[in-house]
Amino acid sequence: MINRFRTSFLAAPYAVWVLICTILPLFYILGYALTNDAGGFTLSNLFAITDAVHLKSLWLSIEVAFVTTIICLIIAYPVALILHNLKISNKGFVVFLFILPMWMNFMLRILAWQIILSNNGILNSILSAIGLPTVHILYTKTAVTLGMVYDFLPYMILPIYNALSKINDQVVEAAADLGANWWTTFIKITVPLSKDGIISGIIMVFVPALSSFVVSNLLGGGKVLLIGNVIEQEFTLARNWNLGSGLSIILMIFVLLSMSIMNKVDESENGGMLV
Amino acid sequence: MKKKFMSLLSVLVFGITPILSFTGCGSDADATDTLVVLNYGKYIEADVLKRFQKETGIKVKYEEYESVEDMYAKYKAGSINYDVICTSDYMIETLRQEGELIPVDYNSLPNYKNINPDIIEASAAFDPSHKYTVPYFYGTVGILYNTNMVDEDTVSSWDCLWNPEYKNRIVMINSQRDAFMVAQKKLGYDINTTDKLELENTYKLLCDEKKYVYAYLQDETYECMISEDAAMAVCYSGEAAMGMEYNDDLDYIVPNEGGNLWIDSWFVPRTCKHYDAAMKWIDFMCEEKAATENFEYVWYATPNTKVAQHEDEKTLADETVFPTKETLGRCKLYEAYDKETLDYTTTLWKKLKAY
Repeated sequence: MINRFRTSFLAAPYAVWVLICTILPLFYILGYALTNDAGGFTLSNLFAITDAVHLKSLWLSIEVAFVTTIICLIIAYPVALILHNLKISNKGFVVFLFILPMWMNFMLRILAWQIILSNNGILNSILSAIGLPTVHILYTKTAVTLGMVYDFLPYMILPIYNALSKINDQVVEAAADLGANWWTTFIKITVPLSKDGIISGIIMVFVPALSSFVVSNLLGGGKVLLIGNVIEQEFTLARNWNLGSGLSIILMIFVLLSMSIMNKVDESENGGMLV
Repeated sequence: MKKKFMSLLSVLVFGITPILSFTGCGSDADATDTLVVLNYGKYIEADVLKRFQKETGIKVKYEEYESVEDMYAKYKAGSINYDVICTSDYMIETLRQEGELIPVDYNSLPNYKNINPDIIEASAAFDPSHKYTVPYFYGTVGILYNTNMVDEDTVSSWDCLWNPEYKNRIVMINSQRDAFMVAQKKLGYDINTTDKLELENTYKLLCDEKKYVYAYLQDETYECMISEDAAMAVCYSGEAAMGMEYNDDLDYIVPNEGGNLWIDSWFVPRTCKHYDAAMKWIDFMCEEKAATENFEYVWYATPNTKVAQHEDEKTLADETVFPTKETLGRCKLYEAYDKETLDYTTTLWKKLKAY
């Protein structure tokens, strides 16, 4: 009894934090989303997503977030696997190396990409020095995707690495003893057992990528309008907080939807493995 | 229409701002001796601000904003009672029409005589009876170009921004009103048109341009031009002057079709709680020394006639900083849009960005 009281007491600062910084703002957003500028009830801010411009931005966001997630997964899984199989004692150091870039300001790292990718940037200088034609990447969809992959990659590597670390080596050895080759073991044992890591990785990359607007602001040159940019501009440039909130709610629905789909995949896989 | 220095400098300025505002801490806006000032970012020399506080003994809570829209949003949010604000012509007109302005007492401004009468006259576009404003800086919108990549003939018409030859080497201004102005000038429309068909055509022309545009920039324009990533950029004159400081191959022109003349001015909003201090502030901004220091920091054209004697011939002859009478003759001030036109153009701008 005392114990429970103590734990809930310790959780109080967090509860207050959540109340003030999460729940209250959510209600505010909902309030703005369901009213017009005169304060009357309306659903038009939510249905505004069917507007051609908004649909296009939402679709572009989904596309960019999807491609970002796939590329992150393709890069992160082998990295996590190599990391896991490394025969060095201080693995913490290797993990530290992957987290290290995150210590630096995110904007600075994205600005560095501007310098690398610009017309007269580092990449093009190298290309022209070795006689190759220069490329135009900065301020395109490609640059935005690249920036997101760069930024979100650690969020994919770490959960997968964690999941791999939890796999009991004996299970892998048993598979080998029973005659499974490396590939079969990988597909049938390692991947299914690291599913949790993959799924949290996907969520941790896809969700922020879907709602991001900073990367596209810096690397999109005002030409790549993601749904996050539309929302930002409704709040600032257009001064239409109602519409901005309405679109935020729609985006939130998409985020929740994608998370529940991933959780469904998670559950069904776990169920399958239990049998 | 603000001055944009390197990111580093911005860190510096932003580092200073909170310290300055702390001097007026506590119940800040309502503290009896604290003047609340709102101005564009990096639009004042820090020493001038310090000197004002020292000489007048008035504490200043100095706040900054990024764009005209930010200023309006900040002001309208109503959480801070601003005493004196500097912003651009058409936004002042909007606020005037909304009844948000308090008349300036020109008799209490001994330094007001330093202000160029021509600029005061031009201010009639947004302050017709000249009751509310005191000009701070003015400038034009034009093209900053690299003389090694483009010749002057090409950039003497806005048409150059639709030239496929410069694909991916054109930087367009990331501001709805200014971008529309460029296309409207090319189409021969008035820059203050509210005709839906004309606005629609403006939008379509900008959509045509988008495939050639390297980026829509505002803050990073001059850095992009200094590093020669682009051949030409639509930007404000002060931005251009900054770029030309760093790269000798850059030059600035207001194309023959003409463009926009803008005037940023001080005014007193209805929320003012310290009218006398606000007058002292405005007067201080018109003072010879303060105006000179500010000018040497922001590099926009100053309406203060006393500044000239402190500048060398080269600066004074610099047509980028001080537009000639002929150039000004081709330029026009923006007029405030009515609510319907504002909403319509905002929608078109969003459509262009998504295009």
